[in-house]
Amino acid sequence: MKLTIIKYNAGNIQSVLYALERIGMEAVVTDDHQLIREADKVIFPGVGEASSAMKYLKERGLDTLIKSLQQPVLGICLGMQLMCKYSEENNTDCLGIFDEQVRKFVPQNGEKVPQIGWNNIYDLKSPLFSNVAEESYCYFVHGYAASLGEHTIGTTNYIQPYSSALHKDNFYGVQFHPEKSATVGEQIIKNFCTNI
Amino acid sequence: MLTKRIIPCLDIKDGRTVKGTNFVDLRDAGDPVELGALYAKEGADELVFLDITATVEKRKTLSELVNRIAHHVNIPFTVGGGISSVDDVSVLLQNGADKISVNTAAFKRPELIVELEKEFGSQCVVLAIDTRQEEDGEWYVYLNGGRTKTDMKCLDWAKKGVDNGAGEILLTSMNHDGTKQGFALDITRTLATQLPVPVIASGGGGTMDHFIDAFEKGMADAALAASIFHFKEIAIPDLKAYLKDKNIEVRV
Repeated sequence: MKLTIIKYNAGNIQSVLYALERIGMEAVVTDDHQLIREADKVIFPGVGEASSAMKYLKERGLDTLIKSLQQPVLGICLGMQLMCKYSEENNTDCLGIFDEQVRKFVPQNGEKVPQIGWNNIYDLKSPLFSNVAEESYCYFVHGYAASLGEHTIGTTNYIQPYSSALHKDNFYGVQFHPEKSATVGEQIIKNFCTNI
Repeated sequence: MLTKRIIPCLDIKDGRTVKGTNFVDLRDAGDPVELGALYAKEGADELVFLDITATVEKRKTLSELVNRIAHHVNIPFTVGGGISSVDDVSVLLQNGADKISVNTAAFKRPELIVELEKEFGSQCVVLAIDTRQEEDGEWYVYLNGGRTKTDMKCLDWAKKGVDNGAGEILLTSMNHDGTKQGFALDITRTLATQLPVPVIASGGGGTMDHFIDAFEKGMADAALAASIFHFKEIAIPDLKAYLKDKNIEVRV
């Protein structure tokens, strides 16, 4: 199986590659359109800021490429947020694959923003979560979150419930970092590689 | 719910883990990668690796070590010790570190945090502060591994660091470090309640109840300890089970 990780100006890309290696999967990190198009599965990772990431993707035509992909695509963290319609982070129009909107966390009771740490995922509705128990803990680092909507396949509560996983057609997204979420994360990555 | 985090800290010298208290009686404790992977398996929520050699000629060793850790550890980890430039951080992040911690260099040149935040985002910039309560009752910032006193008060420096872009504070009380008499609850609480970012309590954890206090009284978001884990005085699974039993939200 050919697995490709999209290379762009966002952090944490190496971590995804290493996590795949730990479960015995090989992947190519590239921004080459042809290699991405030819892949069996594509991972769109990222830690960073939405508007500069979108600008970078547009300059390289990666925005249209990602939207046109037919094979399974998994967005992680910023990758998932960029697959949504819009992000409040510097008023950024994103790829619009998911209709959900990305909004800044507004503390209501002294909560820290960004959310950093382990939180649970529930209402899991996808083969992406095969053998993953309801309320499993995953590692999150984010200051913005996608609203709940028709594409929500996983929910997490921080200040209020939000989409910690989304799915539409061949596109999947997770807000947490499966590559850093211990054995639960490894199971989710395995599911994407073998179950989707 | 977002959980409280338990963070073992590994001191690294020349690429090996060392055990000891207050930088004396350092003993080789083996391969940091193996120890880190073991803690991850036992349920540690994150790891911190502090390079206490941190000389220029050893930096390559550190980046190679970070790369090995990143290959083998499936939880987030922070690397600190002697970091003083965007280039230092870039190498560590490229090799797979999730966060870096800065201390003395950030105090001497506060723009460092601004530069790091701009380049990599605040989520990966941890400001480590060593602090000591003096006879006047105030908490002051110390540099160079606790050897150099400054006139800066801990809360003022922490606020400035957060304004500059630090995404987390790692707070070590020198009065408590190595004593196993409990964390510095008052200053931890002051920072945890006055800052908009998470605070990691460090120094003094000796019993499982000390961790309860750090979270309930100190309002810490995470608690860090070294020797009690290395010397197996407290096992991480036991600590997590105890915290859960006392209704502290933890990942088990």
